[in-house]
Parts: sequence; structure tokens; C-alpha cells
Amino acid sequence: MTMKPLNDERVEGMIANLLRAGVLISALVVIGAAVPYLALHPRAHVTYRTYQGEPDNLKSVHGIIGSAFSGDLRGIMQLGLLLLIATPIARVMFSAVAFAVEGDRMYVGFTLLVLAVLLYSLFGSFLIA
Amino acid sequence: MNVLEFTFLVWAGALVAGFLGSLTGLGGGVVLVPLLTIFFHVDLRYAIGASLVSVIATSSGSAAAYVKEGFSNIRIGMFLEIATTLGALFGAYLTAKVPANAIAIIFAIVLLYSAYVSRRTRPRTDTEEPPDPQATKLKMNGSFPDTSGVRQYNVYHVPTGFGVMWIAGALSGLLGIGSGALKVVAMDQAMKIPFKVSTTTSNFMIGVTAAASAGVYLSRGYIDPSLAMPVMIGVLIGSLMGTRVLVKTQTKRLRLVFSVVIVLLGLEMMFKGLTGGL
Repeated sequence: MTMKPLNDERVEGMIANLLRAGVLISALVVIGAAVPYLALHPRAHVTYRTYQGEPDNLKSVHGIIGSAFSGDLRGIMQLGLLLLIATPIARVMFSAVAFAVEGDRMYVGFTLLVLAVLLYSLFGSFLIA
Repeated sequence: MNVLEFTFLVWAGALVAGFLGSLTGLGGGVVLVPLLTIFFHVDLRYAIGASLVSVIATSSGSAAAYVKEGFSNIRIGMFLEIATTLGALFGAYLTAKVPANAIAIIFAIVLLYSAYVSRRTRPRTDTEEPPDPQATKLKMNGSFPDTSGVRQYNVYHVPTGFGVMWIAGALSGLLGIGSGALKVVAMDQAMKIPFKVSTTTSNFMIGVTAAASAGVYLSRGYIDPSLAMPVMIGVLIGSLMGTRVLVKTQTKRLRLVFSVVIVLLGLEMMFKGLTGGL
């Protein structure tokens, strides 16, 4: 079996597909939950004039996954948005692997630094929020 | 307004914003927050949250089209993402500390600045300087396909570019926008990277930068699914439509019209910020 060399061009192509798939999946999840949500509550009154903040189950990764799997439609929409936020993070993880395969240690280091900031934001930022 | 009407109108507004933003290259994110706050009376924090989510969607969704052209430089992008993500984290942290009126005024300045940048012609002389040792050490110099074959380029002033990128990240995190215009300025003007490479690499970086503040927004409760849903879907469809027709239409007049819209929204944001109307 022959393997094509992992050059920059090929890596970029794979990154593009990864990003496209992430956006598509998240859009489908969001729409899939939005349609029944709107059908069930079409006449509900809505206002975003005053800020109240989201309930706890829509604020953390753990809470969102929990409420989505319990069938809450707003939870499933939020899960779709979470998948969207995770898409660039997956891209950065993929880049780290690609740089490692190319043997570029310096850029593996840079990429892991970016990854650390992103993971901190998603999982640890409640500490400063 | 009931949920169905509200969702549809927001979706339609976001669609137009995404369409014009991608057609003119100015980005849809920059008009979304004024659109939501001024016309739909959405609280600034919810508007910023929804806008940021849509920025991730458009950046990731259109990356595929850019990659095919072979202009983006993933090493420059990754290195500068250290600056933009750290800046974004700081900017997102600031949104809770800075009063809404001050955010509106900063937003207005950014709107007026991006309208100005889009009207300005950039005088650029290709420098014949020897390669910059820092950029060489960071393996940033690259090449891209040109009409006359493959064109080589060198990168300069890495620390300056890094600094401007940090500011771009902070503005992105503070205002829920992509900060594409400032990212391009950092690469094109400060680092002397060819314009095409700058714009495509910037687009690549926008999603990662936005993801860094999205986590903070999420844990603060700025991202409401029922509001972010029509915004994200609208902008995404609009911008994909925009890239389709981009080649066919004469965009010069459209750019002018969109710039005028941006200036008007900027003045309105400034007025609301100064009079405390938000």
C-alpha cells in the first residue's frame, strides 16, 4: 500500500473537509430541533430586551449534553451550536497531528498552545466568568 | 411579536447581512449586532453571543472554497492564532466588566473604521529587502499560485503583526465580530504578506479566534439557542449565496452602498452609546 505524502496542500484539503462537515452537522442538528420547537410554541411571546442569562443547563458542556439527551429541544439546539464551536477546535487538534507527522516540533508546540487556550475557554472559563 | 414571526424576521435580516457581507468582502458579523440591537431591540450581550456563533459558521463554511485556491498559509495562521486567541479571551473577559454604552461606542468606532478601510486604496510597493531572520526562523515565508506561475514572498515585522493580531482578537471577543478587516491590516500592511494570502489566511483564523471567546460567552449565558439559531442559519445561507454570485456581479457599487449602511449603523450605535439608549 502506498501512502501519498502528507504535504501542506493535502493537509489543507483535509482541514477544509473537516470544517465543512462540522458546519453541516451542526446546522442539521440546530434545524432538526428548531422545526419542532417552533411548531410546538409558535405563538409564545418572545423578548430579548432584557438580559437574564441562560439557565445552567444551557451554559456548560456537561449541562448542554445532559439536557439535549433528555430530549429538551432548546438543549438540542444548543448542542448544535456547541458542535459548531467545537469545529475550529477539532481543526486545531488535526493541525497538531499534521505538524507532528511532518516532524515540525516547533509548530506542534504553537498548535498545542492555541489548543490549550481554546479548551480553557470552553471548560475552564467559568472560573473567570 | 411571537416566536415564529421574530425567528423569521431575524433569519431574513441575517440572510441579507451574510449575503452582502460576503459579496462585498466586508463580513456579515459587523452589521449583525447593530441590526439586532437597533431594529430587534435585543440586549447587547445576547446580540454579541448570536453574532459570534454566526462568525464561526461563515468562517468555517467558506474556508473550503478558499483552500482550493491555495493562497492560505497555515503556519502564519497558526502562529498568529496564539495572539488572536489570547486577545479573544481577554476581550470576552472584558464584556462583563465594561458597561454596555462603552461597548456600543467602541463598536461604532470599529464600524466607521471598517467602512474607511474598505474605501481606501492600498499603496503597496513590493520590498526587495532581504528575508527577515525572525520570519525565516518561524518558517513563514511561502509561495502562492500567480498568473505568471508560482510567486515567492517573504514575511516581515513579526512582533508588530503579533501585537495587532492580539488587538484584533480582543475586539473580536469584546464585540462578537470576526475582526477580519484588522487581521488583514496586520498581515497585509504590517507583515508585508501579499493581499490574497492575507485575506484567505485571515478567514481561516476567524473561526479559531471566535471559538476562543465563544466558550466564555457560553459559560456566561450570552448564547441563547432560540436567537442564535436563525442568526447562524441566515448568515450561513446568505454568505454561501454571496460566494456563488461573487464572480458574476459588478460589486463596486454594492460595496459603496454597503459601506454607507455601515457608516449609518456606526453613527446610530455611537448615538445610542452616548445617550445611553442601549
